[in-house]
Amino acid sequence: MTNHWTDIANADVVLIMGSNAAENHPISFHWVTKAMEKGATLIHVDPRFTRTSARANIHAPLRSGTDIAFLGGMIKYIVEDIEQNPQNYNMEYLREYTNAGWLISDKFNFSDGIFNGYDAAARSYKDKSSWQYQLDENGIPRQDKTFQDPQSVFQLLKNHYARYDMDTVSRVTGTSKDLLLKVYQTFASTGRPNRAGTILYAMGTTQHTVGSQNVRAYSVIQLLLANIGIAGGGINALRGESNVQGATDHALLFQYIPGYLPVPSTAQPTLAKYLEAVTPKTSDPRSGNWKQHQPKYAVSMLKAWYGDNATKDNEFGYQYLPKIQAGVNYSFIALMEAINKGTIKGLLAWGQNPAVSGPNSNAERTALEKLDWLVAVDLWETETAGFWKRPGVDPTTIKTEVFLLPAAASYEKEGSVSNSGRWAQWRYKAVSPPGGAEDDLWITVNLMNRLRAFYTMQGGPNAEAITKLAWNYGETPDPNVVAKEINGYDLVTGKLMNNFLALKDDGTTACGNWLYSGSYTESGNLMARRDPKDNSTIGLFSNWAWCWPVNRRIIYNRASVNSSGNPFDPKRTVVKWDAENKKWTGDVIDGFGTRGPDLYPFIMLPEGAGRLFGMGMADGPFPEHYEPWESPVQNLLSNTELNPVARVWRPEEQGTPDRFPYVGTTYRVSEHWQAGQMTRNLPWLCELMPGMFVEIGDELAQNKGIMNGDKVIVESARGQVHAVAIVTNRLAPLRVDGQVIYQVGIPWHWGYNGLVTGDSANLLTPYIGDANTTIPEYKAFLVNIRRA
Amino acid sequence: MPKARLIDVSKCIACRACQVACKQWNELEAMPTEQRGSYENPPRLSANTWIKVEFRERPNEWLFRAHTCMHCTNAGCEQVCPTGAISHHGEAVVIDQEWCVGCGYCAQACPFHVPDKDEITGTARKCTLCVDRITNNLSPACAKTCPTGAIKFGERADLITEANNRVQTLVNLYGYRRAQVYGEHELGGLHTLYVLTDTPSVFGLPEEPRIATSRVGTQWLSGVIAAGVIAALPFWLLFQRKNRIQSERESKEGETR
Repeated sequence: MTNHWTDIANADVVLIMGSNAAENHPISFHWVTKAMEKGATLIHVDPRFTRTSARANIHAPLRSGTDIAFLGGMIKYIVEDIEQNPQNYNMEYLREYTNAGWLISDKFNFSDGIFNGYDAAARSYKDKSSWQYQLDENGIPRQDKTFQDPQSVFQLLKNHYARYDMDTVSRVTGTSKDLLLKVYQTFASTGRPNRAGTILYAMGTTQHTVGSQNVRAYSVIQLLLANIGIAGGGINALRGESNVQGATDHALLFQYIPGYLPVPSTAQPTLAKYLEAVTPKTSDPRSGNWKQHQPKYAVSMLKAWYGDNATKDNEFGYQYLPKIQAGVNYSFIALMEAINKGTIKGLLAWGQNPAVSGPNSNAERTALEKLDWLVAVDLWETETAGFWKRPGVDPTTIKTEVFLLPAAASYEKEGSVSNSGRWAQWRYKAVSPPGGAEDDLWITVNLMNRLRAFYTMQGGPNAEAITKLAWNYGETPDPNVVAKEINGYDLVTGKLMNNFLALKDDGTTACGNWLYSGSYTESGNLMARRDPKDNSTIGLFSNWAWCWPVNRRIIYNRASVNSSGNPFDPKRTVVKWDAENKKWTGDVIDGFGTRGPDLYPFIMLPEGAGRLFGMGMADGPFPEHYEPWESPVQNLLSNTELNPVARVWRPEEQGTPDRFPYVGTTYRVSEHWQAGQMTRNLPWLCELMPGMFVEIGDELAQNKGIMNGDKVIVESARGQVHAVAIVTNRLAPLRVDGQVIYQVGIPWHWGYNGLVTGDSANLLTPYIGDANTTIPEYKAFLVNIRRA
Repeated sequence: MPKARLIDVSKCIACRACQVACKQWNELEAMPTEQRGSYENPPRLSANTWIKVEFRERPNEWLFRAHTCMHCTNAGCEQVCPTGAISHHGEAVVIDQEWCVGCGYCAQACPFHVPDKDEITGTARKCTLCVDRITNNLSPACAKTCPTGAIKFGERADLITEANNRVQTLVNLYGYRRAQVYGEHELGGLHTLYVLTDTPSVFGLPEEPRIATSRVGTQWLSGVIAAGVIAALPFWLLFQRKNRIQSERESKEGETR
């Protein structure tokens, strides 16, 4: 989240898209309801009419996988409205804080769904040199603040979305033109400086072959509307697990090491090369370019990991650090395919249940059989832990050795949990875990203790990565010790760091994760703070827990003030510049505390301007609509059907609309959690949602002779599931380019273990990933349905 | 000042945390259920399910209402209970499990179909308004857990004011022309009040709830006559208790006045 949960209450318009917040993040509605008590309008854009739609003022259904068409239409509407009615928009913000007026290389080009620089054989934009600013003689991007230059981002944006007219968008999405206009007008009304609009999204946005660009489209809209950095605004990802934010911050994803530093690859054989690659440069004095500090964070992290074994002479242990092969993808599907090929022989499935949650479950369950060993760490025996005795297989034919380590639940262990709003909150152990169950930290430490003993005695490939670690946690580790290491130490004084500002790249500081520096200082564990008093007028609650970075509650908050440092919206003051005393008041200012409002506010980008034109993306600087890998229709916006950079595995498993005419989409319900191991073992929750079901509209049910409550079979090119049909008017058919399109809703909580069991929706889902993140396309694929 | 529970259906997201919190606090067992083509489960209120969210579909609307005991001032269940097991504890109408004989008359008398006989204990059970919590200055489990404030507990008079204000907002700002407060005057005043976005019948509530006391009373009498005087003796003792409780209550109310 750019903002935080409490801040939702400050919004005038709440747009929930690609999220079923009421069902999957019920607490969010504490704040949505508060906003609505003050008169806010709630818009829900979703293929289904859900419990979120039930509370919304406007529900706009769309065909799953057409978000960019929907949002592209909104961008076109806003851009044209800005030209006609600039008084309704924050033109100073657009001019000074976004790259709307910045000029792009005149070699930049887009034609029929493809940006220039594309290499079809590699399915990649190999040459992105023209996706760049024109630079003046000082190396500073050229600007035309009137936005008239044809190479200005504003004009390129306008041209790009010229095709996204109301008729075309309606034909692509299936959303009526009336509803499109209503949504566009309502959300565009937050372009006024005295109004705020927030966007809440979740996996309905990201789990597409264009998932990252769906989020980019939100960025474009929120920048055009001056909604980033302000109270009641922002782009707010509702995270799918209680601590998924913390897990991501600490390098859950393969492309990062802690603090979102890029993972070292074989293309950076030395520390110097790595630091050069992660240190962007700017010659613009108005740009803060915060990432110039990344060498300090990287070296301090190496010091935290390798301690005295990390010295200037050995590149602070950089050579110990394992590196990924440049150009190789290590994301989820790729790993499962490597297991399937026998490249990976062992798997730690730690609080994860890929036999239910991974796409194409049949393929993944079969892949598990190729493992020599599997260690499952969980509260119960999950479907993954029990894959070897799943229905339909003969356990005697499976050679995999399986270990089940019983783990502690959240109330059975102490530590920090980071919520979607970046608040790290410390919590305590309430009860001891049952039997021999242990908490994750204990399991991690004791596993590494044994690995270290093993590698010390017997050696092995890259043994020093393990043997040289500073690893002194004993056998019963204390989470406070780990939290302090994450916060970091000044190695000269031995004191805890106050924050990351004083981190150094000379080996005199250690810090496990720069983003969390300041969370546990000499004044104590700030994550454990529980002061419910709010000293702001906008619900910052700055002394409740601790928030990264440096307890800043709303990031990009420099964008909430005008060039003289006064809030655009004095009713919702986030920060304010005190010119006399040269300091900021309000929320912790975004970087450079003594630097006034002349600094460009988007300090994490080398140019400092919010990117309407996003040159960092793998699949183009502007979001472009492509059809899902499996789609019932052809792309009306270009002749390029699929995102040209999307990653395809198993192309032979693609379903076609002649056999699978309906759009399937997967989701969760309030009553169960993820793959279900936590909830399908709790009788009270099983009572609420006892079995696998699918949702279909009345008309499709009638066509298929399916009655409410009937048993049905849903099939895709990869598998089939048995389920009970819920026949409902909440899944209305959509008219897409003259064709009636039916959608089938498929929750994914069930599996073969637990108190209540059922078929897993992911038996149906495809093996294809987003161009940037390779997140699988769980949300749009083709199915057929019939009575069982 | 009497307290009450206010259920605002316009704020309910049907997360059903109230159902789970109720079962957790009151240690009620989960029912074996099955997917029958609905999000709604268990199928009805029972001795082990004291609150449940009802789901109703209309075009472009999905209506949710948490259904539970109304804790009526003129409580039919209390009036027909032959043993005096049902009585008011302040706002809460509570079935004393020690004295309930499981005759089931309360279930028949209730216009909201709330009490239900437990097959194992042989007694009728229902929501107690978490009488053990509210007498210790805690709110009922359902209200405590509700994430949106759709279920609240507080001073009845304050909640009625809040409910009327909310109805004004729903009518004027959000266009619910038939929005209304339910329970202010029904059956002498309910201690479960509702903000509804439409008429009561749309939400499965009787427009004018009445107690079916007369019919139940006749049944009861004929039963006694048929059983004879000896068989009736224990009931007579129970009746004595009921009368005692009632007279105690009346004298107590007299004091507070």
